[in-house]
Amino acid sequence: MAAVDTRQAERDTARRRTHLGSWGFVAPAMVVVLGLSVFPAVWAFVLSLQEWNGFSDAVPVGLDNYRAMIDDVDLGAAVVHTVVYTALFVPLSVFLGLGLAIALNRKVVLVGIYRTLIFLPFVASAAATGILTTYLFNPQFGLVNNLLRVLGMPQQGWLENPSQAMVVITIMSLWSQAAFTTVIYLAALQDVPAELVEAARIDGANRWQAFWHVTFPQVAPVTVFVTIWQTIGAIQLFDLVYTTTRGGPLGSTKTIVYYLWSKAFKDLEFGYASAVAYGLFAVTLLITIAVTLFSRRSKVSAF
Amino acid sequence: MTLLSSKPQAASVPAVDAIPRRRRRHGHGWWHLLMAPVAIIFATPFIQMFLTSLTPASQINTFPPRFFPSELTLEGYAKLFRESDILHWMGNTILVSSVAIVSHLVLCSLAGYGFARLKFPGRTFGFFAIVATIMIPTQLLMVPTYVLFSRIGIIDTLAAAMVPWLASAFGIFLMRQFFLSLPAELEEAAVLDGCSRLQVFWKVVLPLARPALATLAIFTLLGSWNDLVWPLIAINDPSAFTLQLGITNFQGARRTDWSLLMAGNVVSTLPLILFFLFAQKQFIATMTFSGIKG
Repeated sequence: MAAVDTRQAERDTARRRTHLGSWGFVAPAMVVVLGLSVFPAVWAFVLSLQEWNGFSDAVPVGLDNYRAMIDDVDLGAAVVHTVVYTALFVPLSVFLGLGLAIALNRKVVLVGIYRTLIFLPFVASAAATGILTTYLFNPQFGLVNNLLRVLGMPQQGWLENPSQAMVVITIMSLWSQAAFTTVIYLAALQDVPAELVEAARIDGANRWQAFWHVTFPQVAPVTVFVTIWQTIGAIQLFDLVYTTTRGGPLGSTKTIVYYLWSKAFKDLEFGYASAVAYGLFAVTLLITIAVTLFSRRSKVSAF
Repeated sequence: MTLLSSKPQAASVPAVDAIPRRRRRHGHGWWHLLMAPVAIIFATPFIQMFLTSLTPASQINTFPPRFFPSELTLEGYAKLFRESDILHWMGNTILVSSVAIVSHLVLCSLAGYGFARLKFPGRTFGFFAIVATIMIPTQLLMVPTYVLFSRIGIIDTLAAAMVPWLASAFGIFLMRQFFLSLPAELEEAAVLDGCSRLQVFWKVVLPLARPALATLAIFTLLGSWNDLVWPLIAINDPSAFTLQLGITNFQGARRTDWSLLMAGNVVSTLPLILFFLFAQKQFIATMTFSGIKG
């Protein structure tokens, strides 16, 4: 019996050592990822219940920061600007991606060059895109107004016009991000069986009908996914605003995250900024859940 | 994992062949008429960037503006290297990106392998926790991370820019998915031959993981090279400026010095443009995967 017990104990120790070794594989990355996400996320919630500028003693204020958000006119304006951008950017980027993917999904001369030129802006940073935007849309010397002048059309203020600045930012976001939706739709289109489309064409469907009734339903899960993904990205718009208008003109491009950033790092209202961040997180979750449920009900499973 | 298996595209060829030849050529003519302008529009900002960086300052802010300069000059670049610390910024960015890539490849492939192949208590929960963090928006983490980094004294240093890029949930997820797609027999054979699990990982598994590692390296390069928001918050000391931070600051200071600003733009973007042109397939695989992960 004693011999059996020793063997059992040895086996236990060996297994524990193996488990420890296994944790050794995953622990370093887990410490970094969880340490820089879960830990600060919990901390941010604690901060959101305080009034604190980073230096003096933090004052617990309960839910006051969350209540203050309701009456915050500037935050309301930032929400409106963000919604405008999202409503412009998301549908356009989805349609542009789908259109470009359909156009590029064929083997023809030059298709490789077209594809490279359309995908290349994906590597442009927000800093570079910002400088390019202010140059191309410069009211006096920019290329866009110069083209309008040559075509005999009226000159525009673009980034200096409060009602056009967000449109310009949308255009340049589309420029730098079209590659993403296009690539995803290209992958999806290649998974659509060619026989399906062919069968529809033989049955007398024209190109448009074949696309609308065969191809489009086949890529519907991708459409749901891309819509969610682009929406989450759009409501977090910050860096292109920072590198083009810094929220102007007249605050017309101040987005939620831009407002959050300036509250936190210019006004040093760490507590209030954390509350706004949690509000944004909640909205993101709600949108994701809503779109997923809606697509489930329409029998499209994206996840 | 569709991207990692080369998909046979031959399936679409018969469909195209079924269309009569004359109509096909006709169709492609229209297609080029549509696509060539689209491609040119997409290329225009970069073309303008290169042209303007080579245009004499006297020809830029003139009215009416010219579409093309009548002469080219390196004035803008000379001025850039003379009046800014661009090489220093670039050195900083290269350092940040190198550390980010090496650390990402090591930590995420180890963890991905652990979650894919090793059995230990807490594995499922651990992986679930990692994946769940993808939902947390970075804006939520900015303030506490800033406070944390200033308490440990790395605000205003390059370490502040590096630490968030040491590993990522996306990287762990990507590597785990890849390792799951590998047949386990090879590893079992190596274990029978007496290899330890670290040896199996290093000698058998990792050499097979090159495509996934390339995807991960590109993801990390793009993200860390182009990151602006976090360095903007964490670094105010010009000696620790990254490229993106440097040129953004320069943009504020030299608003209308376009050939100078565009030269800075070219210097900061050209490495990625060249890299994209050489490794386009891997870039596309990276973009596709970051979409498929949902």
